[in-house]
Amino acid sequence: MTKQEALFNYTLRLGDNALILGHRLSEWSSKGPLLEEDIAMTNMALDLIGRADALLRYASQVEAKGRTEDDLAYKRGERQFLCNLIMQLPNGDFGFTIARQLIVSAFDLCLYEELAQSKDETIAGIAAKAVKEVKYHLKFSTDWTLRLGDGTEESHNRIQKSFDDIWMFTAELFETNEVDAIMVKEGIAPDYNNLKARWKKIITEVLLEATLKVPADAYMQTGSRKGVHTEYLGYILAELQYLPRAYPDAKW
Amino acid sequence: MSNTKDNQGQLWEVFVQASPGIPHKHSGSVHATDKEMALQNARDLYTRRSEGTSIWVVPSSAIVASAPEDSGMLFDPSNDKPYRHPTFYVMPEGAKNI
Amino acid sequence: MENVNHLEKFQAVIDADSKIEPKDWMPEDYRKHLIRQISQHAHSEVIGMQPEGNWITRAPSLRAKLILLAKIQDEAGHGLYLYSACETLGISREELIEQLHTGKAKYSSIFNYPAVTWADIGAIGWLVDGAAIVNQISLQRTSYGPYSRAMIRICKEESFHQRQGYEIMGKLALGTPEQKEMAQDALNRWWWPSLMMFGPHDTDSPHSGKAMTWRIKRESNDVLRQRFIDKTVQQTEVIGLKIPDDKLKWNETKGVYEHGEIDWEEFNQVINGNGPLNKIRLANHISAHENGAWVREAANAYAAKQKKEVLVA
Repeated sequence: MTKQEALFNYTLRLGDNALILGHRLSEWSSKGPLLEEDIAMTNMALDLIGRADALLRYASQVEAKGRTEDDLAYKRGERQFLCNLIMQLPNGDFGFTIARQLIVSAFDLCLYEELAQSKDETIAGIAAKAVKEVKYHLKFSTDWTLRLGDGTEESHNRIQKSFDDIWMFTAELFETNEVDAIMVKEGIAPDYNNLKARWKKIITEVLLEATLKVPADAYMQTGSRKGVHTEYLGYILAELQYLPRAYPDAKW
Repeated sequence: MSNTKDNQGQLWEVFVQASPGIPHKHSGSVHATDKEMALQNARDLYTRRSEGTSIWVVPSSAIVASAPEDSGMLFDPSNDKPYRHPTFYVMPEGAKNI
Repeated sequence: MENVNHLEKFQAVIDADSKIEPKDWMPEDYRKHLIRQISQHAHSEVIGMQPEGNWITRAPSLRAKLILLAKIQDEAGHGLYLYSACETLGISREELIEQLHTGKAKYSSIFNYPAVTWADIGAIGWLVDGAAIVNQISLQRTSYGPYSRAMIRICKEESFHQRQGYEIMGKLALGTPEQKEMAQDALNRWWWPSLMMFGPHDTDSPHSGKAMTWRIKRESNDVLRQRFIDKTVQQTEVIGLKIPDDKLKWNETKGVYEHGEIDWEEFNQVINGNGPLNKIRLANHISAHENGAWVREAANAYAAKQKKEVLVA
């Protein structure tokens, strides 16, 4: 694998994660528990889809085969996507969405702070902007985890179950492969093995303060690095890609 | 159907400073159950277009407002005190920088 | 006697084009009219998120998706500004939502029509927001302070909404034959409901009389509707589409476009709950509200615990 191929693959991974999580959050429009939360969810969706736009554009430049960011978002099939499984999961109830957001935002904070120091200037630039957004997402999901964890008995039980259910999708965030080896060697991305301790610390502190238990590590799901995804991804793409696929000659 | 116990949180008044050095100005209100939520809701609602550098949120119940029927008593007495304004004074002709 | 005195002062403030503020004395009917109008307006913003929200996940480019999300987010924001303005009249958001759910409060009938194709997103932005803006610009001068301030803020923010819709229509109209057909079809379906948004003709409008005297409403339904038609005809020509009205023609002497008769039977049916989506839009809102009840309860419980801790400390 060349450096260029690895960088393309890695940038897609980052872009796809932002795109698919943004897609999921955007589904909250008109469904929030308070109108204010509709706006908050949409704000995070905007941050994420904006980030996906920037990353996929860079990926298309790295690839240099004439594809655009929209081609990458709208014309790749399920097996070509590289987003983590956790991003694909349906929103569930508000608590499940918050649990996922806490887990991913804490991961993103650890990752993007490192990426802001990347030797690749474009990645570093995108990451510097993302860090500010991610800090806010983490603050937002932390506060809601506290409210739900330490709110009513029902909310406590619901969000505890959400963390328990989602836990098996957390290890996959930190998986590394040949791409990572090249990225680390080139000083473009950090070693994901070094991110885990800090991530675990953030999550543990929030959960304990929220009177919740940190789920025990058990069997963990895997697959996205190889493009083997949940069944949900196909449905996401069916919606996301419908228009450009149905009208291949059209410009929007 | 909505039950009677349900509520949308308390009302907070939002003050936004548009740029450093100028006063915070009342922008409107938000609903929230606690102060962190109030601040976040205010940020999302009133600074979506980079309108702010700083936000204050205050529970609406903490604001004491003057009553319209008192406005005569409160504000009219200052109408006949023009000597509080610099334009009241006649300066000797030719004086500069005063 | 005192009321007469109050009423005279109140009308004097209005006639001087000054503003009525929440704590000022106001006739009960003025308050009721405002609550009805502002809450209907707020609910319209909120229910109006649904037809467009329907297309967020299917927007055909990342750019279009970002714009649509930001636009719908604005609508939620505008709903909030208006709910707040309404609350200054002494009614709570809970009550307002309950009135929506029980059908006591209405929202604009236009949102009971389906957004069937992507071109509908263009048509909604261009025509529905276009019509709303004509009304809202006029309402910036409304006599109730909080409503006027909300409208000023909303108008400032909405200026991109109509352009967004028109841009979509323009791109479609100049695109492939299929796209152009999609655009014309959306215009055909949204044109008449957009005209209905301004309400009945002035001669048949039940609420307008006092609303004009009190300067809640500043211009009549027909005046506003005409303004909308006159500016939209030219925009339609520029992108090569055709307004679905054979009777539409320029009246040289009056300097306005004449238009065909609006189907008021359809208007009344949709208002009375028989539009294609009345039940579904409301059911969606109720379901989101009910699904969120445990979250709101938790947030309240959490806040109560925090307060207790502060007291103990």
